[in-house]
Amino acid sequence: MTSAHSSSESFSGCFELHNRPEDIQRAERSVLSAIEQLEYDRASVFAIRLALEEALNNAFKHGNKGDPAKQVRLHCRVDPKAVVIEIEDEGDGFDPHSVPDPTEQENVEIPSGRGLTLMRAFMTEVVISPPGNRVHMKYVRPG
Amino acid sequence: MDRKPMANTSATSRLRVSEHEGITRVEFVDRNILDEANIQQIGAEISRIVDSKTQPKILISFDNVDHLSSAALGTLITINNRVRSKDGQLRLANIDPQIYEVFIITKLNKLFQIHQTTQQALASFS
Repeated sequence: MTSAHSSSESFSGCFELHNRPEDIQRAERSVLSAIEQLEYDRASVFAIRLALEEALNNAFKHGNKGDPAKQVRLHCRVDPKAVVIEIEDEGDGFDPHSVPDPTEQENVEIPSGRGLTLMRAFMTEVVISPPGNRVHMKYVRPG
Repeated sequence: MDRKPMANTSATSRLRVSEHEGITRVEFVDRNILDEANIQQIGAEISRIVDSKTQPKILISFDNVDHLSSAALGTLITINNRVRSKDGQLRLANIDPQIYEVFIITKLNKLFQIHQTTQQALASFS
C-alpha cells in the first residue's frame, strides 16, 4: 500500500499494484473490510466487490495487456454515505463506446465483454476518462 | 440420492464431480470464482468432462458460491457452446439471488436453463 488513512468514520487508501494475486487480494481486502466496518449491507458489499474485481481485471488484462512491468493504481475512499474507487492503468486506453453491448442478441453468446456492463449495473456512477485508462466509480449507499 | 463420485475428481481439482443415471453433476470447491487461473482450470476440467461424453448431460450446481466474475460467465458460455455442439444438455441450479441478478443483467438467464433446485434441474433433462 502506498498510503492509507482510516478513522471510525472513513477510510482512504492508495495502492500501486503489480499483477500479483496476493497483492491484489490484499488491496481488495483492505477496501472491503473498510466497507464492512461501516456496516454496508451484504448487497452493497457484493456490488462493490464485483465492480472492483471487474475494473482491476480490465486494467491488468486489457489496459496493461498482462505486462508484468506495468502497474495499476487503485485509490479508494469509503465513508458512511458512499464509496469512491478510482483505478488507473498504464495502457493506451480505449473508447468505451466501442465496446459491443453484450446483452444484444447477436453478442449474448460471445464469452467476453461483460465486465463494463456489470460495473455500470452495480455502481451508482461509472466514468471512464480519456484516453480511457482511468475509471472512476461511485457507489452511493441506499436509503 | 445415491451419487457416485467420478474417478477424475482429484485433490487439486476445483470441482466436485458425481454421476447419477447418465447425468454429470458438477459443484465448485471455491466460494469465490474470481481468480483468472482458477477459472481457466474450471473451464478445462468441465470441457474434459463434456469431451468424454457422446451426448453430455451436465448439471452445474452453484451451491455455496458467493461471487463470480464476468470471466466465469465467459467460461460458462464456452461450456454451453461445447455441450450444444455435441447435442448435449446443460443445466444450472442453486444460484444465489445476488449472483442470479448478474445473469439477469447480462441476459444470460435467457441463454442458460436455470433451475432453483438440483431436483428441478435433474427432472428437466430429457
